[in-house]
Amino acid sequence: MWVLIILMFFSLLVALIFLGAFIWAVKSGQYDDKYTPSVRILLDDDVRKSGVPDSHNSGRAEG
Amino acid sequence: MDKNKPAYSSDAGKTAGGGAAVQVETFSYDNQIVRSFALATIIWGVIGMLVGLIAAVQLFWPQLNLGIQYVSFGRIRPLHTNAVIFAFVGNAIFMGVYYSLQRLCRTRMYSDLLGKINFWGWQLIILSAVITFALGYITSKEYAELEWPIDIAIAVVWVIFGINLLGTLLKRREPHMYVAIWFYIATWVTVAILHIVNSFEIPVSLFKSYSLYAGVQDALVEWWYGHNAVAFFLTTPYLGLMYYFLPKAANRPIYSYRLSIIHFWSLIFIYIWAGPHHLLYTALPDWAQSLGTVFSIMLIAPSWGGMINGLLTLRGAWDKVREEPVLKFMVVAVTAYGMATFEGPMLALKNVNAALHYTDWIIAHVHIGALGWNGFLTFGILYWLIPKLYRTELFSRKLANVHFWIGTLGIVFVALSLYWAAVTQSLMWKQFTPLGVLQYPNFLETVLKIIPMYVIRAIGASAYFAGVIIMIVNLVKTMKKGHFQKDEMAEAPLVMHNGGEKGHRWLESRPVQFTIAAAVAILIGGIVEFIPTFLVKSNIPTIASVKPLTALEQQGRDIYQREGCNNCHSQMIRPFRSETQRYGKYSKAGEYVYDHPFLWGSKRTGPDLHREGGKYPDQWHYYHMQNPSSMSPGSIMPSYAWLYTQKIDIGQTASKISALRKIGVPYVAGYENVANEELARQALAIQKRLIANGIAVEADREIIAIIAYLQRLGTDIKVTQAMK
Repeated sequence: MWVLIILMFFSLLVALIFLGAFIWAVKSGQYDDKYTPSVRILLDDDVRKSGVPDSHNSGRAEG
Repeated sequence: MDKNKPAYSSDAGKTAGGGAAVQVETFSYDNQIVRSFALATIIWGVIGMLVGLIAAVQLFWPQLNLGIQYVSFGRIRPLHTNAVIFAFVGNAIFMGVYYSLQRLCRTRMYSDLLGKINFWGWQLIILSAVITFALGYITSKEYAELEWPIDIAIAVVWVIFGINLLGTLLKRREPHMYVAIWFYIATWVTVAILHIVNSFEIPVSLFKSYSLYAGVQDALVEWWYGHNAVAFFLTTPYLGLMYYFLPKAANRPIYSYRLSIIHFWSLIFIYIWAGPHHLLYTALPDWAQSLGTVFSIMLIAPSWGGMINGLLTLRGAWDKVREEPVLKFMVVAVTAYGMATFEGPMLALKNVNAALHYTDWIIAHVHIGALGWNGFLTFGILYWLIPKLYRTELFSRKLANVHFWIGTLGIVFVALSLYWAAVTQSLMWKQFTPLGVLQYPNFLETVLKIIPMYVIRAIGASAYFAGVIIMIVNLVKTMKKGHFQKDEMAEAPLVMHNGGEKGHRWLESRPVQFTIAAAVAILIGGIVEFIPTFLVKSNIPTIASVKPLTALEQQGRDIYQREGCNNCHSQMIRPFRSETQRYGKYSKAGEYVYDHPFLWGSKRTGPDLHREGGKYPDQWHYYHMQNPSSMSPGSIMPSYAWLYTQKIDIGQTASKISALRKIGVPYVAGYENVANEELARQALAIQKRLIANGIAVEADREIIAIIAYLQRLGTDIKVTQAMK
């Protein structure tokens, strides 16, 4: 069952990639702020030309 | 990182800041690519679901294939699964990622050209899948059925998508990577590795290859892939989409951002170990089975973390859900996700699995996921996104509500009918009389019992499909009403990348593409070198009497694969009394050492075939394949009339033998040169036996090859017994 070794190798490889990413994320301060990002995505930053209606209001945070 | 970033204001011309003025940059979002993927999602969704509906009807009305081989069940079932997973869901992933990633990163995608290549490349792959599956060019590995040239194309397009993803991340203006982005990254990395590892095959010709792995090993690789395809193609990207589109549609932040982070990391670390739960009670080592079960149970926690986070986002906003069809779809989607991820771990328990594996419960389970989670989330996103892209309102909320209810009812009918069918059939399979013999020894009896359930399932599927048609009308009307804006102008404060990140600047310059290309090349090269060495060695047979198939039998096996017999017939008898009484001795790992690929199957619409050899005379198979009802009245197996007119493709015999030998099947030297002579000899012997029973048949027909293969199945082990 050599294939088990191979699959564990690749599964561990994936896990190590993710572990590296996790450590980077924590160390670089990605998770220092655990609230603002969830609100920030609600703000749209597109420039609306005046006169173009945007009446679809279900998902818009009208500024 | 710039964690104290000033709050952002969307008012044009105004600079935001905590005291200091910030320079503002204007740029545009690419909506064109988003719309392309949205249209592809809709079109392929309709095709994939329609094919599924046809397949569902064929299960109680096999004549629906009109005797045309290209649309028989065995060929359209993989077409249905692939079209729904990779065409419908795949395009929806790209649609959602291309839309949300630009906004989350506050930048246009890295490259418009790469986006176009990604789009057209993916559509061509799907188109080639439609054609090759109909023609029977298939590898038989579930959800990875495409032949090797298309596998390579998938890898290339996926890498192009990855470069576009990474490039966008590198030029992002928003330093914080929102949780959805992490789900996208995990999806890309894992799918790339899964696809490559599972797709190693040795080509025989342009459209035929054999899996590099054999038997149990092939099964393990396949289900490591198959399970993680569910995890990283149907789940993680959709969780990313949920984390973006659900808060946007509800206009409320996600319930707990902290939970989303914990949920993400725990999910991706646990998911990849659960694959062996697809192989419980098989020849797989016991510890590997247990590992799969334990990790499957653990998966409930992170999965439900995501579901709870999604549902609680709507706390205090249920009045909105009552009004807004987009949210209705999303709520049902998230609920279906919760149901499917509870059911999954339960099915991974060995005692539950013993009863429900091979039954329609699995089909119900995947449809809760596909119709509920993937389908409804996609519909919710489309209803939200299309009006936004076209700067207008949805044409009709009423129609969307109709779609919602008809679709929900459809899911309920599909799931409940299949649950009922599964329990009924499983109990019948395992029922013994007081005398200790099977109460329903005739498999067909257990099939006929559940046919009404198949009819109800098809009704449910029709309802769901009708809902999709209603959605298309609604969306097309919406598009006509609005004005599509190809490039959406946006602005964001100019962000200077923080010097603290070493390597960032280096990565940002040109060598990016080279780095990735090199890394992928090295990975592929490395794998190609070391895997065959290990595998060929480990393919040493453990049962001395198990021999490679003869040339004719191998040709028969290829036809078995082409017709997709493994979609309905397993070749894996589990060590239960109910199974050994019905089918014969339970299957052993050593019997599969030359099976490239393994053909264990995952569903018993028909009986297991692993001990089929010698069970019936040749003429029984001859009549049965021609008209199954003649031997098994009421059978739902389709007729395979074309096997009686088509000739065996002996032009490839030699190259098939050579290819198989290269991957460890011990054919004697020079066998490929005499293979066709031996093939003809064996075919003549079968023809003789058939003629003796009053059947006039040519020896060069495909039916002869498939009879040869069926009669060989599971008989090698009996040779040993006979010798003893």
